[in-house]
Amino acid sequence: MWAFTLRRLLYAVPVLLGVSMLVFALIHLAPGDVVDILVPPEVPKEIADSLRQRFHLDEQLYVQYVAWLGRLMVGDFGVSFFTGRPVAEELFGALGNTLVLALPAAVLGFLLGIALGALAAYNHGTWLDKLFSATAIIGVSLPHYWVGIVLVAIFAVVLNLLPAQGMGFEGLPTSWEHVQHLVLPVVTLSLIPMGVISRLVRANVLEILSQEFVGTLHAKGLFSRRVLYHTLKNAAPSALALMGLQFGYLLGGSILVETVFNWPGSGGLMNLAIFRRDVPVLSATIVVLAAIFVVINILVDVLQALLDPRMRR
Amino acid sequence: MSQVLANLPRATEPVVSVEDLHVRFLLREATVAAINGVSFDLEAGQVLGILGESGSGKSVTLRSLMRLLPPARTRTEGRIRIAGHEITAMDETALRHVRGAKVAMIFQEPMVALDPVFTIGVQIAETIVRHEGISYSAANQRALELLEMVQIPSAARRLKSYPHEMSGGMRQRAMIALALSCRPTVLLADEPTTALDVTVQIQIILLLRQLQQELGMAVIFVTHDVGVAIEVADRIAVMYAGRFVEVGPTEKVIDTPAHPYTAALLTSTVLGSTFGRRLEAIPGTPPDLRALPAGCSFAPRCRHAQDRCRVHMPPEAVLAPGRITRCVRVADGELDLGSPNLSERSIAKP
Repeated sequence: MWAFTLRRLLYAVPVLLGVSMLVFALIHLAPGDVVDILVPPEVPKEIADSLRQRFHLDEQLYVQYVAWLGRLMVGDFGVSFFTGRPVAEELFGALGNTLVLALPAAVLGFLLGIALGALAAYNHGTWLDKLFSATAIIGVSLPHYWVGIVLVAIFAVVLNLLPAQGMGFEGLPTSWEHVQHLVLPVVTLSLIPMGVISRLVRANVLEILSQEFVGTLHAKGLFSRRVLYHTLKNAAPSALALMGLQFGYLLGGSILVETVFNWPGSGGLMNLAIFRRDVPVLSATIVVLAAIFVVINILVDVLQALLDPRMRR
Repeated sequence: MSQVLANLPRATEPVVSVEDLHVRFLLREATVAAINGVSFDLEAGQVLGILGESGSGKSVTLRSLMRLLPPARTRTEGRIRIAGHEITAMDETALRHVRGAKVAMIFQEPMVALDPVFTIGVQIAETIVRHEGISYSAANQRALELLEMVQIPSAARRLKSYPHEMSGGMRQRAMIALALSCRPTVLLADEPTTALDVTVQIQIILLLRQLQQELGMAVIFVTHDVGVAIEVADRIAVMYAGRFVEVGPTEKVIDTPAHPYTAALLTSTVLGSTFGRRLEAIPGTPPDLRALPAGCSFAPRCRHAQDRCRVHMPPEAVLAPGRITRCVRVADGELDLGSPNLSERSIAKP
């Protein structure tokens, strides 16, 4: 098991290196000179050149890449071209704001998804199955920014129960008023994970229930809840894989949902960085998100192997 | 084994008693009549072999004895008593106390019949904990003894093994240990050797026979293999289209079959024919259980069939105590099917 975990960790190194290269290359291959965009056209060429020198934009690309990677290794993400503030400050602030949404949205979406999926499978073919399956399909099919707008219209504008926009606090929510700001965006974000997970869990549990060993479990006289435990442990590995991916997506932040709710998260930060051609912010955000994605997937791999010994290879 | 059992005193009440069992599967497009009136008694310590082709209803009979068939799509009629329990009249909760404790089952394919993500030890121990309420560590100790009883080498290590880490024969031994974990009165074996290599088959059959005698269990052993049935069974019931067409002591059924289907089955196996003689396949195909013929269901494939065979299903005729046939012509003494094992048959070959 330890060897397996170590191997997975080692695999992450080339993956992350590849990601960093790709990110760096793609951003620098995009047409247009950064400095030309940043400074007004009437600025004298000498000043523009001095800016290029200051940010080492006049050097060879590979030199820039190695220098950038070296700084990343020691945790130096550089300074934003646009605001002049340290990238780390902006990035981790935004990521924290996204996490405040993503974590409850993931918990809500996953729990609901597992419950609906398992219940639908256990009541296969009944109206309950049809109702839950329809809920799941609606969850994945409705554009979530549209759902966000509708929720705002109902709960903020008409009923005046919840705030329409904004975060209303910094860091972690500490009061009921703060939590009120979370409700609508969290519900909106949880819809897709809920739908996706419930569809997978339903299909998975149905497949497992049709297997011979479930007959053995009943033939042993086990209580239904123990049979359910066996079923869920069998269904867990593939559900975990999907949950890992979904959580990764949530951390990337949804530009659309963050825009609807005016939430200062990582999606909004990335969006802004693209428009501003803020190369240090953009590349650091993508690399950090990719690293988080890789770490989540390693965790999923290890958890899967713990649950299902056939995956320990 | 049968000699040993013949000396046992006859139990007053059979441990398994099945009366007029009917099982139908309701499918969207049709109703499948899988079991059409099966009745039998089985006494403690006896082994009944149910012999038949695939689709004849052998496994369905076994599963309905434990009510393991999907309830939504299954209609069961008749009466089943096992070890004093009215299986057919029980609620699900009461049934779960009987399953695994009084009556246990060995499945055909241990690879798929064992949960892949739990160790063998846990799968055995959880059954003991469930029925006997002892601690997991005590149950683990029992599981170890069971693995030793079914002769699994380095049993302590195998307790922590997962099904995919074991060989087919070892998995089936583990399955047997699991089935025997709560000392059941009745053991149901659903083709337990079919998925195994021939050499392993013999080991498993010998093991089952030995354990059956040691523990004095009643066993119902389902197989399509005549040779296996002869090895294990005291009595044989030959099944065709959801009915027992012939029942009798093993030697009697093999030496002097009392139903044309049994006779045909025996000549169609390597065992029943003599070396150098061609095997005879049974002509035609097994009947469609969605639309059974009015008369004897074997009549369309039977070389001895007459018009009267096709009128209605022949009732069970008792030829001798415990010897039953569903062939009207044999019952009336018109038809002698001879003995398929006699060597004259091969001499008579042109």
